[in-house]
Amino acid sequence: MRHLLSTRDLLRHDAIGLLDIAEDMSEVQNREVKKLPTLRGKTVVNLFFEDSTRTRTSFEVAAKRLSADVINFSAKGSSVSKGESLKDTAQTLAAMGADGVVIRHSASGAPQVLAQSGWIDAGVVNAGDGTHEHPTQALLDAFTMRRRIHGDSARGRDLDGVSVMIVGDVLHSRVARSNLWLLETLGAHVTFVAPATLVPVGASTWPADIRYDLDAALAEVRPDVVMMLRIQQERMNAAFFPTTREYARQWGLDDERLLALRPDSIVMHPGPMNRGLEISSRAADSAQSTVIEQVANGVSIRMAVLYSLLSGDREARS
Amino acid sequence: MARIVLQNSDITRALTRISHEILESNRGADDLVILGIPTRGVILAERIGAQIRQIEASAPVDLVGSLDVTMYRDDLAHHPTRAPQRTRVPAGGIDGKTVVLVDDVLYSGRTIRAALDAIGDLGRPRAVRLAVLVDRGHRELPIRADFVGKNLPSSTDERINVRLSEIDGSEEVSIDLATGAGA
Repeated sequence: MRHLLSTRDLLRHDAIGLLDIAEDMSEVQNREVKKLPTLRGKTVVNLFFEDSTRTRTSFEVAAKRLSADVINFSAKGSSVSKGESLKDTAQTLAAMGADGVVIRHSASGAPQVLAQSGWIDAGVVNAGDGTHEHPTQALLDAFTMRRRIHGDSARGRDLDGVSVMIVGDVLHSRVARSNLWLLETLGAHVTFVAPATLVPVGASTWPADIRYDLDAALAEVRPDVVMMLRIQQERMNAAFFPTTREYARQWGLDDERLLALRPDSIVMHPGPMNRGLEISSRAADSAQSTVIEQVANGVSIRMAVLYSLLSGDREARS
Repeated sequence: MARIVLQNSDITRALTRISHEILESNRGADDLVILGIPTRGVILAERIGAQIRQIEASAPVDLVGSLDVTMYRDDLAHHPTRAPQRTRVPAGGIDGKTVVLVDDVLYSGRTIRAALDAIGDLGRPRAVRLAVLVDRGHRELPIRADFVGKNLPSSTDERINVRLSEIDGSEEVSIDLATGAGA
């Protein structure tokens, strides 16, 4: 693997390989010395054109645990805010000897441009681009599901037959898209539940069921996994739904819906959560919730991705 | 042309002798941890562990683990990305224990160098020993095995193939002229 741009072009074999490496990486987190010398001498640049403390920190911890040098480059207060183009930024990073670039950008496709432009010969990891994809989030979600479902025997396994319900703002969610492609590849079945105004136009061609009524969908599908998506502040007032209270009542995972779930169903959220809006505090803090595990697993997955992209001979890969 | 240098019974005898030697030098099975290096080192470690339990009834049940050294190799940048394998340390840990590393073939010594680094990140053993089925020479580092199944002087353009019944379907050590990459 040279770059990780989307989960859509990940083969089943490669996806399971990444999840297995992440299992090894997660064992390192339990050791006294939580560091591997593997990427010693390599430089990883976190190039964040959008703010994201969680994702950036997770990548930073992952790179440091592999002994890489990390440079954080955020748009605010940098040359980017002075009008520098992506090309000039990339060439600057290339001149500084970056081996890997982790990029978050508000424009869908920016990581692709960076990877294929020839401006920089580094491994590119998409850390979220516009409303397109967020592949490491999908990988950590799949990793979390696989661990909860298969336990210690998770290595080498896929998610065949697992039913995943993804609820909320599908329209703007790169997490939903990346999850859809990866879960499909791993053999799980995805059901989206959202207000009709938050379902994208092309969604009918996706390999997923689209539902609008959460209670009916929960009762009928009885999913193994319920994943709540975050409602972003700027959408709350943009007439996608009447009020936040109405959204919480119709599409939020409240206490009543939590109790109606199968006791072995798991509740996921990519964070940060709006408690009381898309997820109630009781649901977020319940034993079924994997919110904290997802954060810990995020580091393991990002270590696995950085290892796969940066450790081998870059010339020997296609 | 592959030439067989160790047959099934030779391998069994070598491992039995190594098991006895380990117990002799450690004066019993107390505070002993056997760590195999994947892939074939783990199988050999399991067999040595089973022998030791047969000889010493008091040997701990959780005696054998595996130690993956992929992340510690010095040649990662010269090969396509390798998939790491499982590291599992027996429940008692390795602090203050005598760790016996087990591998199939000792060659340049670089794998063992990586293993020593990996052990350093897991804890501080009292001593680290090395057991190998075959020592073929050509060391590139100052490393030597404590327990050797067979010394097999070889030329660098020869290839040593260790086949074990658990994963290869047959049981033998053979030597042939390398076509392409070394062992």
